[in-house]
Amino acid sequence: MINWANFISQCFNGLVLGALLALISSGLTIIYGTLGVLNLAHGAMFMLGGYAGWIAYTYTESFLVAAAAGSLFVMIVGVVVERIIIRHFYTRPHEDQLLVTFGLSVVLVEAVRFAFGSLSQRVPPPAPLVGITDLGFMIYPTYRLALLGIVAVALLVLYFVLYKTRIGMIVRAGIEDSVMVDSLGINVYRVFMLVFGIGAMAAGFAGIVNAPVVSIAPDMGEAILVQTFVVVVIGGVGSFPGAIIGGLIAGEIISITSMFNPGYSYIMLFLAMTLVLVLRPHGLLGQAGRE
Amino acid sequence: MPMKRPHLVELLTALGLILVPFVLPHLGFSPSTINRILIWGLFGLGFDILFGYTGLLSFGQSALYGTGGMFAAYLLTEAGFPNVIAAIFIGAIAAGVVGYLVGLIALKRTGIYFAMITVAIAEVFYFVEFNPLSDFTGGENGLPGVPAPQIAFGSTVLKFNTDWTMYMFLAFWYFIGIVIALRIVRSPVGAILSAIRDNPLRASALGHNIHGYKLTAFVVAAIYAGFAGGLLGTMQGFMPPDAFLFETSGQLVMQTAIGGSGTLFGPLVGAAVWLYLSDFFQNVLQLGATWKLVLGVVFVLLVFFLRRGIVGGIVDLYRLATGGRKAVDPDEAAETSAGTAFDPTAIEAMPSRRRGDAPVSGPILQATGLSKRYGGLFANSDIDFSIEHGEMRGIIGPNGAGKSTFFKMLTCEIAPTSGKIVFEGRDITGMGVTDVCQLGLTKSYQINQLFDRLTVRQNLIIAALGETRGKFKLDLFKGLHKVPGLDERVENTAALVNLTRRLDTAVSELAYGEKRRLEIGLALATSPSLLLLDEPLAGMSPRERVETVALLKAIARGRTMIVIDHDMDALFELVGKVTVLQEGRVLVEGTPAEIKTNAKVQEAYLGGVHGEVA
Repeated sequence: MINWANFISQCFNGLVLGALLALISSGLTIIYGTLGVLNLAHGAMFMLGGYAGWIAYTYTESFLVAAAAGSLFVMIVGVVVERIIIRHFYTRPHEDQLLVTFGLSVVLVEAVRFAFGSLSQRVPPPAPLVGITDLGFMIYPTYRLALLGIVAVALLVLYFVLYKTRIGMIVRAGIEDSVMVDSLGINVYRVFMLVFGIGAMAAGFAGIVNAPVVSIAPDMGEAILVQTFVVVVIGGVGSFPGAIIGGLIAGEIISITSMFNPGYSYIMLFLAMTLVLVLRPHGLLGQAGRE
Repeated sequence: MPMKRPHLVELLTALGLILVPFVLPHLGFSPSTINRILIWGLFGLGFDILFGYTGLLSFGQSALYGTGGMFAAYLLTEAGFPNVIAAIFIGAIAAGVVGYLVGLIALKRTGIYFAMITVAIAEVFYFVEFNPLSDFTGGENGLPGVPAPQIAFGSTVLKFNTDWTMYMFLAFWYFIGIVIALRIVRSPVGAILSAIRDNPLRASALGHNIHGYKLTAFVVAAIYAGFAGGLLGTMQGFMPPDAFLFETSGQLVMQTAIGGSGTLFGPLVGAAVWLYLSDFFQNVLQLGATWKLVLGVVFVLLVFFLRRGIVGGIVDLYRLATGGRKAVDPDEAAETSAGTAFDPTAIEAMPSRRRGDAPVSGPILQATGLSKRYGGLFANSDIDFSIEHGEMRGIIGPNGAGKSTFFKMLTCEIAPTSGKIVFEGRDITGMGVTDVCQLGLTKSYQINQLFDRLTVRQNLIIAALGETRGKFKLDLFKGLHKVPGLDERVENTAALVNLTRRLDTAVSELAYGEKRRLEIGLALATSPSLLLLDEPLAGMSPRERVETVALLKAIARGRTMIVIDHDMDALFELVGKVTVLQEGRVLVEGTPAEIKTNAKVQEAYLGGVHGEVA
């Protein structure tokens, strides 16, 4: 017997998780689309965002400062990583890129573990958003409701940057053909650095705004990375709309399955991915020949 | 080089395994560490065939390691199955079956998609172990009480229940594992696997079913993983659930990269470094959990600077040391200085294949109404084309006339938007490039599509194997030299394209002209009855052109050929008939003499300035 109130609330949870996954996945997908590098350290960026925000919060007690500082920090980390590591791997085989970003994720996770220990930490939600809200048909934690709005705004900002600005146009052109963009006299390396920074920031921002919902721990990025991959496979790699649709689908699958048995959520997610691979091998919105 | 002393590697491995108990303990390796290294090494053998040889980087090996281990452990504990060795084998087979199913999904895509899908697979198996199957696997507790292996000889029972007896047991299986792995990489399948790693497109264009071979590599890796998982359970007396952790896959990947992928011994060496350092950092330096951070940094630096890992680095050093001596081959130096002219006509080309009882006269290939549209652009429109058995045809046309697109459709690399292609009486429209090559129709590419990391000989072997073995065959344990007629065909082709002296040179070291000749050689080694050549003379020096024209004449005997080229002098000398394409349509067809004086052709090339073409 399905408990409908519970069901609706799980659907909302799925929406929140889905929006978060959409944000993280768009970061991954624009990096891959533009630079051709699959960043296995993307989950670590998510984790770094959480930790940077947590530190900022413990000093300032302001969630706003924490969110800004957290995402800015991850963006800087992204730019630095692109400059000193990733840049040297553009001409090397995909396998080397995977190996080095995988190694990087181990280093980042272990460095955080070394500095702050393995125990999980909590960041409380900002004071006005504590507690629950009565929506009429159900009651729902206020912060989660706000989180939905926050992430939606972040996605809109990303959309605006990608589709309405000059730099976004260059990035989208770079996804199509980066060699051509380079030969048009645009310094493609500077754009790459920026894209890597923005992509990492998307994950980092998600890490800090998600911190009040779940606690943060050094290995929190691993599960997110796996979910992000499924989202990208479902949505189609290199596609921003694909990341959003894939994210929402994955979020709902995880949440609704969890209502019956959390142990099966990954299995259902995997089945959905398999189904997409069989029916539409390039993902729901992906294009052929992009791999 | 390895063929001269065929079992040297095996012998050295056996010797090394015997010496280990006398040497490694003095270097600070404990017996249990050594045993764990062997299991990782065996696990890695399969992974190296998948990653190092086939180029498929999987992050999902933990799923198969865990599956094999849990299956064996369940048989031995809950199910009361008595025989440890048999249980491990059954576990390995179970892992192979699961690997086959998983491979079907993961290999739907290549490259980074493959990596992402395998990550997801690893995670899913972990959850499956913990939830739906926890009654069988013990969930988070794993399966305790896995018995140690024993062998009974009459009344004496040999029990492998101490560290060093367990070492003997594991070393035996590692040895078997390496013998089998060496046979696989030296077999025809092994050659094709490395072709897939270097250039999957060309491998399939040479008539190999690359999906089937990739799946084979995946299953082989799964069986190795499952077997290693079974050994882990019996060694520890307990099958841990963390065998399923994504971290297990990650550790395997890192160890293999540290040791050197594509070397078979890399994973073993990598595991030794990894486990030794982790013991050292934790027990001697008292670093606690920091060891992983240090190893992570070491790993990143290694990927950065030592691309082929420790074993690869050693092999390179060895080559540098031994290769220096024979840099100047007196024989070769003498021959080049004498300037002996190369004459391919003196060499009898291998006959082209004759399949079934196809007619020897009449058209070998006929295309009707062939069109290819990209969006609003017609690359080819409504081309009718026919070529007789034994004919040599030239195709010319200005840049962008659709010549290469036309070739791609004939070889079924791309499907036509409309139209029909009949080859030797068979409708091949919509077939794949692999099947068409198997029928005896292939082409040499305008831009070299070679296997760059392999030698000239290996390149030609891969091309010749498609003809001798068909598109898929599981001769995993057969030596390459045992394939009938293979050496003969490779040497004949090498002689034809004048690369005999370069047979054991890596392609990456060849000069451009040599690469162009090898490109033709690859197509030729498949013994096509219809050979398409896409600009075979492009970028060649005048002397190379003369040689290549002679070569083309030599191979044309008993074969049908179509040649695209911009060098009209050479082309008109070679072919009996020329087809001119312009803007995706057939402009005119005729003998070289007719084409030279044709007003339409002059119009197309010179924009109305009349005179003799070229």
